[in-house]
Amino acid sequence: MSSLVITDLHASVITDAGESEILRGVSLTVESGTTNAIMGPNGSGKSTLAYVIAGHPKYTVTSGSITLDGADVLAMSVDERARAGLFLAMQYPVEIPGVSVSNFLRTSITALRGEAPKLRTWTKEMKESMADLQMDPSFAARNVNEGFSGGEKKRHEILQLGLMQPKIAVLDETDSGLDVDALKVVSEGVNRFKDATGAGVLLITHYTRILRYIKPDVVHVFVDGRIVETGGPELADSLESEGYERFAVAKA
Amino acid sequence: MAAPPAKDLAPRIYSRNVEDFAVPLGREEEWRFTPISKIKDFFDVQEWASIGCETGSPFVEIVSMDDPRLNDAWLPTDRASAVAREGASQAVLVSIPTETEVAEPIVLQLTSTMLNNYAHIEVQTGAFARAQVVIVHDSSVNVSGSIVAKLGDQSQLTLLSVIDAEEPVRQHWHWASQLGRDAEFLGLSVSLGGGVIRTVPHITYTAPGGSAQMLGAFLLTGQQFQEHRILVDHSEPNCTSNVVYKGALSGEGAHSVWVGDVLVRREATGIETYELNRNLLLDEGPRADSVPNLELETGDVLSAGHASATGRFDDEQLFYLQSRGIPESVARHLVVRGFFVDVLAKVNDEELRSNLMKRIEARLGMVDHA
Ligand SMILES: Nc1ncnc2c1ncn2[C@@H]1O[C@H](COP(=O)(O)OP(=O)(O)OP(=O)(O)O)[C@@H](O)[C@H]1O
Ligand SMILES: [Mg+2]
Repeated sequence: MSSLVITDLHASVITDAGESEILRGVSLTVESGTTNAIMGPNGSGKSTLAYVIAGHPKYTVTSGSITLDGADVLAMSVDERARAGLFLAMQYPVEIPGVSVSNFLRTSITALRGEAPKLRTWTKEMKESMADLQMDPSFAARNVNEGFSGGEKKRHEILQLGLMQPKIAVLDETDSGLDVDALKVVSEGVNRFKDATGAGVLLITHYTRILRYIKPDVVHVFVDGRIVETGGPELADSLESEGYERFAVAKA
Repeated sequence: MAAPPAKDLAPRIYSRNVEDFAVPLGREEEWRFTPISKIKDFFDVQEWASIGCETGSPFVEIVSMDDPRLNDAWLPTDRASAVAREGASQAVLVSIPTETEVAEPIVLQLTSTMLNNYAHIEVQTGAFARAQVVIVHDSSVNVSGSIVAKLGDQSQLTLLSVIDAEEPVRQHWHWASQLGRDAEFLGLSVSLGGGVIRTVPHITYTAPGGSAQMLGAFLLTGQQFQEHRILVDHSEPNCTSNVVYKGALSGEGAHSVWVGDVLVRREATGIETYELNRNLLLDEGPRADSVPNLELETGDVLSAGHASATGRFDDEQLFYLQSRGIPESVARHLVVRGFFVDVLAKVNDEELRSNLMKRIEARLGMVDHA
């Protein structure tokens, strides 16, 4: 059993115009075996929360805490967080010219497992995982995310999720840019991972569409840098029909 | 011998006579980036040794500088190359006879007996010949020299030069590659480290249909200087040229210069040319100058383009890799290695390619501690 505990988290981004606060007191717990959905309007700070959990250097935490099974996540470097069991499927995965997917995955798995996987079993493992996500085997030889379509990038993120087997996974708009068929394939990938590992999932999305495939236990509404309401799966449906207006009003 | 008409980008003087060239002061366009004071002794003939070579190849000979087989048509184009031609007492001559295909790379391990040396290396391919020549420089000594390649009709030559300098050595190298009808030339210049490294590759065509690629990979750390000044002189129709240089730099005082001159003369119709320089700055310290020049005397070309970009290490790439558990130092190596991959991919020989990658990686180990 693992739990990621976020307590009264405040974080800012430094820009040319100075420092501006984006997260304004986020408190949230993600336990193993549960799926938490976060829904909120554009620019409310959802990706910022995901990045701050992963340790992106652009953001500074000004107060609050994040712990994973009691360990201070904020004191860890980005790679230490991953090795501690955190994973972020990014909204905009980064292209890395000249680095092949297979080399990248093998380097990552070696770092996460503490030893290089045996070449034969590894090749098989990678091939099967790619087949599960209906990714053409030729992707292994391509450069990381370079020239991938939006949907291919998301499949590649979920491929990593399945191979890296984190304790807690943050999925930032994994559903955006996917057509219905791809959404199904990717959702199945996430569910396979959940069933196999019993990990905790924090799923960030705009739409309830993905929630028909990946069932959330809890839904949080995220507005203006904090969680303004928490409820069961039915909350997502009311958001879809009513939008976020009532929360904007509540804020004012 | 009559010099070709003087164009802005082409050399003004072609001569074996040292005194035909003034001693560079550093104000001249072609010397303006070079730390002239550090290579002053390269501009007057000295009592220097001549570079030799170890090789297992039957196609290689050491010959005297007046050997009639040396390419008479090649003439030095600046004071340094004229001095090296005058000062050298022997040449390394590689001759690939007509219609001979040499499958294995011909490796020239350059050797020296003194700290300062002149060098003259010539590679000649007969018509329809094919060969790969690998020049492994003696990177512990100072050298001023020329690498002259003459490609016969429809011959194919890959010329790979590796300078991997542990010490702050000074080396100045002219490359002159002349392509015959429909010849294919691939030049690969790998320069790692060094105190002052300056290479001056010139590519010329003696008949239509030639195709030339000149690729470079260079890596510098603090206090090192490298300059790569390329000239492609298109004087024949229906030829192609492709120049790609990539450099990675780190450390206060590291300075690289890339100048890519492409001259397309009026008679060079139907040509294709492209040149690219990308530099990756690994930290705040280094400086990279990048100057592409394209001079077109005819509009009747298939394509002509250039690009140049110098960028800092991409933190987003680093973040992405680290977020997958990869430690920062490993992530940096991956990114830099990836940066050079497309240049090194042109090395056909698998063993050679992985050897080069290993050298770059070894250098990167040094970069981390710079
Ligand atoms: N690096 C940055 N520089 C400047 N502003 C930033 C930066 N990162 C985030 N912001 C700002 O912080 C706010 C929150 O951005 P964030 O990307 O977290 O929102 P989001 O909820 O994920 O939006 P979306 O639904 O569009 O993905 C926005 O106003 C954004 O412009
Ligand atoms: Mg977002």
